Order: sequence, then structure tokens, then C-alpha cells
Amino acid sequence: MSERDLKGYWRKNLRYLSILLTIWFTVSYGFGILLAPTLNEIKVGGFKLGFWFAQQGSIYVFVIIIFVYVYLMNKLDREFGVSEEDA
Amino acid sequence: MDVQVWTYILVGITFAIYIGIAIWSKAGTTSEFYVAEGAVKPLTNGMATAADWMSAASFLSMAGLISFMGYDGTVYLMGWTGGYVLLALLLAPYLRKFGKFTVPDFIGDRYYSQIARTVAVVCALIVSFTYVAGQMRGVGLVFSKFLEVDIFWGVIIGMAIVFFYAVLGGMKGITYTQVAQYCVLIFAFMVPAFFISMQLTGSPIPQIGFGSQLTDGSGMYLLDKLDQLHTELGFAEYTSGTKSMQDVFFITVALMVGTAGLPHVIVRFFTVPKVKDARISVGYALIFIAILYTTAPAIAVFSRTNLIDTVSEQPYSEMPEWFHTWEETGLLAWVDKNDDGLINYRPGAAIEGAPDLVRENGELVRGNSGEPTLTNKLANSQNELYVDRDIMVLANPEIAGLPNWVAALVAAGGLAAALSTAAGLLLVISTAVSHDLIKKQINPDISDKAELRYARIAAAVAVVVAGYFGINPPGFVAQVVAIAFGLAAASFFPAIILGIFYKKMNREGAVAGMVAGLLFTLAYIIYFKIMFPEMNSLENWWFGISPEGIGTFGMLVNLFVSLAIARFYPDPPEEVQEMVESIRYPR
Repeated sequence: MSERDLKGYWRKNLRYLSILLTIWFTVSYGFGILLAPTLNEIKVGGFKLGFWFAQQGSIYVFVIIIFVYVYLMNKLDREFGVSEEDA
Repeated sequence: MDVQVWTYILVGITFAIYIGIAIWSKAGTTSEFYVAEGAVKPLTNGMATAADWMSAASFLSMAGLISFMGYDGTVYLMGWTGGYVLLALLLAPYLRKFGKFTVPDFIGDRYYSQIARTVAVVCALIVSFTYVAGQMRGVGLVFSKFLEVDIFWGVIIGMAIVFFYAVLGGMKGITYTQVAQYCVLIFAFMVPAFFISMQLTGSPIPQIGFGSQLTDGSGMYLLDKLDQLHTELGFAEYTSGTKSMQDVFFITVALMVGTAGLPHVIVRFFTVPKVKDARISVGYALIFIAILYTTAPAIAVFSRTNLIDTVSEQPYSEMPEWFHTWEETGLLAWVDKNDDGLINYRPGAAIEGAPDLVRENGELVRGNSGEPTLTNKLANSQNELYVDRDIMVLANPEIAGLPNWVAALVAAGGLAAALSTAAGLLLVISTAVSHDLIKKQINPDISDKAELRYARIAAAVAVVVAGYFGINPPGFVAQVVAIAFGLAAASFFPAIILGIFYKKMNREGAVAGMVAGLLFTLAYIIYFKIMFPEMNSLENWWFGISPEGIGTFGMLVNLFVSLAIARFYPDPPEEVQEMVESIRYPR
């Protein structure tokens, strides 16, 4: 495996990280805290939206983020030949 | 059958299972004892991590806390789940690839320094001991509440059980008991939630139920009703809360980052075979945790509504049986300030301190309406009701009129939650001593057998110390939880992150950063929580940040100091840089 390949792998990993962590931050700190008073004007069923994001939605999104990351990284591992499977 | 008989049966069965697993999974090598030979399946590890993580506090206290904090309870819900995203994305896979046994191992090797290793060991010990004392206390409480055993004997029984499977089985025993404990605790948590959600809203799924309409025919949404009740009684709206926005923000960050830096959680990801497994097992862990954490805010709303509905402006003489049972435990009390015989529930404290019941010849002395008399001074408010937050989960089945076996199940679940967390922490303590101190610093030539013996002795001593603190809790136990998270956030997290993502970070920077972050955080917490508790209020805090949230600031101090100091010292040696390079790729 050449040096360039590994650099590319790491760069892509960092890009995935920054995108996913931005989503993580926006949903929890953004929707759940900073924008909560504004979002509370909107109601979905019995929930005020800001309150829902703070006490429910953010947690669901956390789970989704981790599984998306697992999927992306497994694909990336195979693409760059660093997967533990084809050792 | 009454609750007590049911409790004996259910607790007896679950304890028999834990002991059975311990005998089956006896550890023979240090690798088995420390990391279960690194051969745990991801799904199993996820479940064990969830039990490891969810403590007596998550199970018994959290829903109650949230039901009194409303929106502000968000700090616990997001704070104690969001850290898993950081774990999965920034820590677990790389630490797994690193492939040693403990967190101080990583810090010591990555920063090629025994000082760094020692700082990490000290942090790990402080964090874990703080935490484990609370768990043993939880065990004692459940025993005394449900089985009318002394807290002393309750703690002793708990110690004996943990001793058995942690000392004998090490990580291997702990992992498989934690799987069993997860099943017990989640079942125990969900059953009452299903029932109560069904009763109040007609929807069996609590996550949906608390956003639904009430079944009382009013067509009103449950949360609107609760907000309305709150406003009528003079409380802040349930869905808005009272904490300042920056404090909510900072506490949430501190708890998230603290979670990701807790050694007993991190070490679980050393137990799976591959990097790939480490990633996915964080995902599984969070699913298992999320089941409880998304149900807790629903339980909070249900029990808050039920409580206000049952007691507010009602005559004391018409209170149901459970009200009187809990009065006798001193966790619930009523003082008739305006002599109208009605329970006036308002904001503010009803009395000063916790209720102190008056007894004569073993009988409670009672007031005009038949309520137990208290010696406490009345607090300056219109509120007449004292409610301990912990009873919200414990009394929930009774308040909702559920069958006795449900209440007994809650007791077994509380014990499972406390024991599983205690075991994980004891293992961190024992490995910190036998591996990080004895093997890595004092006597590197020690044989595997001898190291294993030290690990067992350390675990045994730790059980006894934890038990002692469970029986004689230091007055500051509640405060020290803030310390545990603050310390983890301000010390481990930045050091590990920089260690993985910044190749040029050297030992001088890392050690200075850890020490600075640690001292700053400790000083702030000790100043406000222990030295001057009377000053612990918004106007005295820096930037409106409470001691609970200061770990966030400590983390920034650590990062800043690390990066600044590192510039003045040479880069790490070649082989360390190569090690950092190698942990970045699974193969």
C-alpha cells in the first residue's frame, strides 16, 4: 500500500468526521438548546419542537449518526484496502 | 402476594443468575481478567456497555430529577447520550487499534512518560472511586426500602455479590453478568412505563404517549395539561425550564465530553476483536441506552402529572395508601401551613432540610389532620409538600396502582443497574493498580500469574473500600458526581483526542494540559461546592457557568495549555509518531 493511499484515507475520514459532527452539534446544541425557544413555537402533535429535539429527537439522531459513520468507514476501509477482513 | 415476597423472589432469581455466570466464566489469565481476551462479540459488548454505563442514578434518580426539572433535565438526557457519538467517531476505533489494556496505558505510551501515566492513573482512581461509592449506596437503599433490611446489611450483600463475580471472573465475568443485568434493568424500567402510558394516554409506547392526548375525554395534550398545571401553581412551564441557556449548554458539553472520557466506559471497547467491532459496538450500546433514555422523559411527565393530579388542593384525609407509606420513610411529607387541611403544592421548599419525624414510644406523633409531625423549621414559602425526587421511579408503580410484582421488578432493576456499574468501576480500579502501577512502574518483570493475583487483591480491597463509603457516605457524595465528570472532561478527553489527531503533540504539552485542566476544574468545584456553598449561585459564577458545567471550561484550558506548551518543546520521538500513524488505520 502506498503512502499516498493512506493520506487519502485519513483525509476522507476527517471529512466524514467534520460533516457528522456538524450534524451532531446542530441537532443537539442548535435545535435542542440555542434554537429551542424559537422552535417551541412550532408544535408537532403534543410536542413543542424544541422540547422534542432536546428530550427525544437528538438521541435518535445520535444513534443514526453512529450507524452512518460505521457504514461509511466500513466502505472506506474496503476502498483503501485497510479493512481487517481482507488481511 | 405482597411486594416484599415478590421482591425476595425476583431479587433471589436474578442474584442466582449472576452467581451462576460468575462460576461459568472464571478468568485464568490477565488478558481474560482485563479485557475478556478481546473476544467479546460486538452485540454482547454493546449490551454490557449499556449496563456498565447506566447506573443507579440513571435507573432510580434520573426520571425523578427530570420530572422536577422539566426542560432543564435535557442536560442529563443529551449529556449522557451525546458522548457516545464522540466515543464512536473520535475514540473507540483508535484505542482498539492501539490494543492495550487500559486508558493510562494509552496516555503513558503515547506520551512516552511515566509522569503522564501516573497522572492518568490518579485521575482514573479518583473518578472511579467517586462513582462506585454512589453505586454501593444505591444498593443499600434498594435493600432497605424494599426488603426492610438495614442499609448496612444491604451494602454487605451487594458487596458479596460483586466480590464474587468481579474478583473471580474479571472482565469476562463482568461482561456476561452485565448482559444479564441489562435485560433485567430494561425490562424493569419499561414495564411500568408501558402500563402508565396506556392509562394516561391510551398509547402503549411511552415515547409517543407523552406527546399524545389524554384519555380523560378532554382532548387535551398531556404536555399542554402539565404546562397549564405548572402555570396555575406558580411553577415555570414544564417545557421551558428555569436554567440560563449558557448554563444548559455548558453542563451538556461537560457531561457529553465527561462520558466519552470515563475510563470504565472506554475500556469496554478494548474487549472486542477488531476496530470494526469497536465502532459498531458503540452504536449497539447507544441503542440499548437510548431505549431507557427516551423513556425516562416520558416517565418524568407521567409521574409529574399523576403527582400533581393526586395531591394538589386535595384534602389530606383523602390521600391514597402509598402517600402514607412514603411519609413513614421520610421521603414525602406535608405540613399544613395555612390550616385548611388541603395539600397546597407550590414552588419553593416546604421545610428546611429533610423531614425529621417525631416518634413517641415508637409511634408517629400526628397533627390535626393526622399527618406525621415534623421537627423541621418551616421554610418561607407557601409550599406545604416535601417530595424526595428519588421516589418518582420507586413509587411510580404504586401511584399508578399497578400490581405488586411490578414494584418488585423495579427493585430488582435498581439493583441490577447499581451492581453492573459498580463491577465495571471496580475493574478499572483493580487494573489501574495491578497493571498501570505494579506491572508498568514498580515491577515490570512480574509473571502473569502474580499480576493476576495482584489484580484480584486490588479488586477485593476496592470492594471493601467502596462498601465502607456506601455505609458511611461522605457528606459530599452528591457533589462529587460533578467532580467525576468534570475531571474526566478536563483531563482524559483532550489528552486522548490530541494523542490521536495531532501527531506532534509531545509529553510536555500533554502533561501540562492535563494538570492545568484538572487543577482549574477541581479548584472551581471545591470553591463553590465545598468551601463556600453559600456563594454557589448565578451572580457569583464565571460567565454564568455552574460547577456542574465547568468541566467544559477545564477542557478548553487543557487544550489551550497543551497546544501552547507543546510549541516550546521538541516533537515526540519517531517511534511514537509511527505509533500514532498506525492506530489511524484498521490494518
